[in-house]
Order: sequence, then structure tokens, then C-alpha cells
Amino acid sequence: MPSFVITQKCDGCKALDRTACQYICPNDLMVLDRETGKAYNRAPEMCWECYSCVKICPTQAIEVRGYADFIPMGAVVHPMRGTDHILWTVKFRDGQVQRFKFPIRTTQEGKANPDAGYPTGTEDLKSPLLRTEPDSTGMSDLAKI
Amino acid sequence: MKIMEKAEHFETVMVDTDLLILGGGMAACGAAYEASHWAKQHNLRVTLVDKAAMERSGAVAMGLSAINQYLGLKDGRNKLEDYITYVKNDLMGIARDDLVANIARHVDSSVHLFEKWGLPIWKDEQGNYVNEGRWQIMINGESYKPIVAEATKNALNELGENGSYYERIFITGPLLDGNRCIGATGFSVRENKFYVFKAKSVIAAMGGAVHVFRPRSDGEGMGRSWYPPFNSGASAYFTLKAGAEMTCQEIRFVPVRFKDAYGPVGAWFLLFKSQATNALGENYMETRADELKNWLPYGTAKPTPANLRNYLMMLEVQEGKHPIYMRTEEAIQNIVRMSSDEESARKTLKRLGNEAWEDFLDMTISQALLWASTNVKPEEKPSEIAACEPYFIGSHSGGSGAWVSGPEDLAPPDYRWGYPNMTTVQGLYAAGDASGASSHKFSSGSFTEGRIAGKAAISFCVDHPGMAEPPEEKIIEIKENTFKPLQTFDQHKEYTNNTNVNPHFIKPHMFMFRLQKIMDEYAGGVSSLFRTSRPLLEKGLEFLQFMKEDAEKLAAEDSNELMRCWENIHRLWQAESHIRTMLFREETRWPGYYFRTDFPTMDKNWRCFVNCRWDPESDEWEMMRKEVIDLI
Repeated sequence: MPSFVITQKCDGCKALDRTACQYICPNDLMVLDRETGKAYNRAPEMCWECYSCVKICPTQAIEVRGYADFIPMGAVVHPMRGTDHILWTVKFRDGQVQRFKFPIRTTQEGKANPDAGYPTGTEDLKSPLLRTEPDSTGMSDLAKI
Repeated sequence: MKIMEKAEHFETVMVDTDLLILGGGMAACGAAYEASHWAKQHNLRVTLVDKAAMERSGAVAMGLSAINQYLGLKDGRNKLEDYITYVKNDLMGIARDDLVANIARHVDSSVHLFEKWGLPIWKDEQGNYVNEGRWQIMINGESYKPIVAEATKNALNELGENGSYYERIFITGPLLDGNRCIGATGFSVRENKFYVFKAKSVIAAMGGAVHVFRPRSDGEGMGRSWYPPFNSGASAYFTLKAGAEMTCQEIRFVPVRFKDAYGPVGAWFLLFKSQATNALGENYMETRADELKNWLPYGTAKPTPANLRNYLMMLEVQEGKHPIYMRTEEAIQNIVRMSSDEESARKTLKRLGNEAWEDFLDMTISQALLWASTNVKPEEKPSEIAACEPYFIGSHSGGSGAWVSGPEDLAPPDYRWGYPNMTTVQGLYAAGDASGASSHKFSSGSFTEGRIAGKAAISFCVDHPGMAEPPEEKIIEIKENTFKPLQTFDQHKEYTNNTNVNPHFIKPHMFMFRLQKIMDEYAGGVSSLFRTSRPLLEKGLEFLQFMKEDAEKLAAEDSNELMRCWENIHRLWQAESHIRTMLFREETRWPGYYFRTDFPTMDKNWRCFVNCRWDPESDEWEMMRKEVIDLI
């Protein structure tokens, strides 16, 4: 089913103003079942396995079971996404486990400054120079053919 | 009127803005980022409308393990000319030098911004970016899109009330005033709302198209397309319906990737120097080197164009010499062998393992899952690679998109009719997958092209301060048409006891399968070994006409299914422009993308762009040749 919801763990994001998985899914697949108060993936065959719902779920209720039509059963790939790194657990079909840790960003969340300290060298709308240029190119002017 | 009933459930929301940006991926973010700056100076409004949530919208939703376009101009590593040559060779001579150069001269700036915003880029001991290949740099890119989206939102916020973005609004089509685009309409997939966005200029940046062709996996794994399934042809539809001239609609992209999960091969080929072999262990790039001479001058270009690499592999498959393998075990052994002692060999092996797994975990997690589920250790055994189904992605190694004006200081007069990146429709701009003939933009170049379009579109707003008002009856007509699938379902649902089987309508899922079958079998998909011909294409076109008629009978039970209806109407138009353009070009120019069996060779007389235009007035298609003007 690509991403699936563990019934016991899902609380329907009661504490939040919107369901996290429903908010994030780029393909609008995650929905909240109003009767059970649980989210579910309504079209597993349209799931890209992008893990956006898995990474954002506040109760870690969402996991991924590989596409049943070509992925043999038993393996698990699961992330724990922090503020500056992500931890992956890869469990093989034969039981072996590998863990990986990778950085994901170097600045504090929310603090991306659009100009990043680069001044814009022109006020002319017709100039080919874009915002922050030429400084952000690292050169004094645009490269030419 | 019956149709009005259903549409009346949806409140009409009118939004007035100056610049309307459609999409939420890299190009749309670049446009909003750039436009905000110039809009502030001129007190203009910028509105972005996205079908998803910007944080994970578009093709970079899952992340990326590399940035594929970085020139390193400041360090003198490359020149603009080098990039133009690379792109034009890869596309067998078909690219717009002015557009490629324009993106290339700005792209490093975008990458430097990404780094400042917080994207981790690999560095070597001297502090330089680590190159994967000549143009590609390695990143820890899990949060690439959230970081870019954050900077974009912060840029829009700097506009105060003049900057806004709407999420979960699906744009169905353009609002027109003659040959001028004055906005767009769509609906919310969360609330019963119909949106009318009125604007002075509009940027189409809604990505390419997936699931036009039948995918290799048609069960649950259908979702595991190489390019994301939510990119459903909205850009091509929008610009076509606006009456814009389109280019390179025949240049689909067929990626060769790890089989089934479609994991990236770039790091293996470029960083780890792996080779691919047939089942007998033969490197077909060597054993079939003579074939490349049939495709000169591009056949001997370095690197070998992607479609020709594909083609040599396809010849192996046609002769039954597959599976084709990425020789990961050999590549890793070759690198480890260079270690001075056992301890450093062990460390190298561990580092390579980390890099190989991160490559997948950053951008195609399913591939890690497939390796884990089949107990693959890349250092021990090779993995299968295969040609995926075709995609429309003008930002990568395909070329499809709108025909746009070039920049004043680079474009020859025939390529310039207005503002940079403006289509042939006044006030309508295109960027990323939405603009054609400027391949190899990838993530960084798409963001950059969005910036170029963003500044140009604000310039247009300043020069054209008037605002056209769409007639009220036109809005009502569009609204009724938008919600027609809901009405159709409601009207006929009682007739049968199966909501999916009813002679009065067709559901979008089966409509999509029908399109995919036609494209696969007649337009050179996977099951046809990417081969087609005039008789096949004409037959395919005939079947598409039935589909166009039946599109009037699409039915939806809810707003999610309504979105699926419209996505498939969008795909259908992408498909039609593709078939028409393949039919017009009587040669085979990209044998590893599609092969015309009735014109099996490349013909120098066809070294031209093939453009097409659908006329909104007459409902007729016009096909035309456009000269390739070389600047270098």
C-alpha cells in the first residue's frame, strides 16, 4: 500500500489545526476518516513513496510497505527527521539492519533570508541582472558568450 | 439548468492580483522569490497558486542527491559556451542557445543562494563543491525543497499584504482576452470554492507530464513513476489552451534508471565511474561504438547523448541480451583497490556504502527499499537498469514546452518578441518544464528560469497597468464546465449499482488507462520498444479524438476525483500535441527516445524545431518548422 497508517498510533492530529499528512501529501492522497478519526491513504497505486507523510507525522503512525507488485516482502526503510539531520533505519529482508545519518540543513528552520546578504546591483527592471546579482554570482558582472 | 445545480454548491471567489504564478515547484518558487523583490519596488501584488503544499510540492518533493546544473563560472571552471555545446549535443542539435545561455549565466547565483539558505552542499578539503560530473555537484538534499519553499515564503512575506500564496487549489485553465492572458480559474480540493484569479501577467510553472504513457508497473507500483505522478500536464494544457505556440512536443524523455524503483544512476556512472553491461558482461557502449557513427556529429560527442546511450542499450534488449546491469560491485572494487592499506580500504568501503545509500534515500527512497527487500549489497552484486516509460520534462533531457521569447541581449531577432520567457500570448510566461527548447535546467536551472520569468513578468505589469475584466457570462460558462464531472455523476449514479461502471459516464482512472494504452501501443511506449510510424501515429490520433469526445462524459464523486478528471484532460492534450509533432517530423532524431520505423535515419533537413499551435478560435492545429539559430 505504499504509505500506510498504523491504526493504534494515529490520533487524527487532534492537537493540531489540520492533519499533518493531509496537509503535506503532494498528491492529495492522505485523508482523515471523520468516523474513525484516523487518516488513510486513499489511492496507494498513485503514491510516489516520497515519504513526506512519514516524515511529518507527529505520532510516527505512518510507514511505507513497498509496492506489492514488485517489491518482495519483509524489508523496512524508515526515517526519523530532526531539525538538522535525518536518521534512516534500513532493515533488509534477511534481517540485517543498517543505519545512516545525513545532514539536512545548516541553518535554523524558518531563518532563510531571501537576499542572504547579497545586495542587488540594479534597480532597472530591463536589466538582465536578477535580485542579489551580480554579487551572488561571485563575479563583478554576468558571464558573456 | 441542470448543470448549474452542482456548480452552485461552489462559492465563487474572485482574487485580483498583478502577477499570478501557477505552480509550487522549483520554477514557481524561483518566480515568486524574484518577483517579490521587484514587486515591492513598484507596489505590485504577487500571488502564487499551488495544487499541493509548497513545502513538498513538485518534482523535488522527496529531495535530491545532486544539483545537476552548476557551472562554477566564478572559478573559471567552465564557460557559457561549454554548457550550450553540452545541451545542444545531448538534444541532437535541437536547443535554443539564447535560452540555455540565459539560464546558465544566472544559475550559479541560485545555487549560492540555496547554500546560504541552509542547503548542505558537499565540500572537499579545500572548501570547494564536490563535483559528481562536470556540471553536477553533490548535496545532502533531503530538505532541498522545504528550504527553497521557506525562502520563497519569506520573500512573499516581505511584500506584506501584496504577497500571498494559495495551496490546494487546482488550476483548470486560462482566462483570456484575445491574445492576452488575464488570469486563471480553478477550484479548491479542500473547500467548496471556485476561484477566479485576475492578473496583469501570469507565469505557468506547473511542471511536466507523467502517466501519459503506460508505466512498466501497472499495479500498486504505478505510483513509482520516475518523475512524480502529480505532474500531470497542467503546464502544457494551460499554454496550449491559451493559444500559445509550443515547441519540441515530440522530445519526450526516456530515463534509464535502476529497474522498477527507478533509483538514480548519475552517481554510479559519474561519481563511482561504474559501467553498464549486458547479461554477458559486455559493455555495449564499447561493443556497439560503431552504431554511434550513424548519428554524427552527435554520436561522437562527449558525453554521448542520453538518447544514444539509451539506444545502444535498447539494441541489446531487442537482441535478448538483457538483463542490463549497473556493475556496482566492479565500480566499488575498483575504488577500494586504490587504497594504500587494509584499514583505508575498509574506511573507503564504508564511505562508498554511505554515499550509495544516501543517493537513494535523498531522492528515491523506494530504491533503497527494493535493495533492502532483495538483500542487495552493491559491493557484492550488480543491479538491473532499464529504460523507463516516456515522460514530458523539458527541464531535464526532454525538450517539450512553450516557445518563449529570449532575452534582449542574447536572442537573435527571430527568437525575441517581447519580454524574456514570455510565450507568444501577451502576458503569459513559462518556466521550468513549462518552457521548451532549453533542456538540462534541472532543479537549479528551473528555479533560475523562474527568476528570469518573475522579473520579466513584473516588468510587463509595470508597462501594462490596465486590468482586463473577464465577462461575467464567460466566468459562469467556465464554472459550469469545471464542475461538470460532478454533475454528470450525480445525474446518472442511480442508473447502475456500481459507481464505476455506468454507460453514461467514464471515471478518470479508466480514462487514464485508456490514454496510456493508446500512447503505449501507437505512440512508441515501453511495450512497443519505443518504436512508432505514420500508420501507428495516425491510428493513435484517431483514438485520441474519441477520447476528446468522451472527456465530456468524465464523472467525479468528489473534489479529489474532480481533480483527477482535470488532470487526465490535461494529459490528453499533452498526448495529442506529442503525436501530432511526431507525425510532422519525418525522421528519427532521438533513436533512444522514439524510433520512427518508416523514417529510420536522421535527416539534416530536419535540423529544426517543430512548433505547434492550437487555435482557440478555430479549434485547429497548425504545425510549423522554426530554424535553429546557432550563436556559437
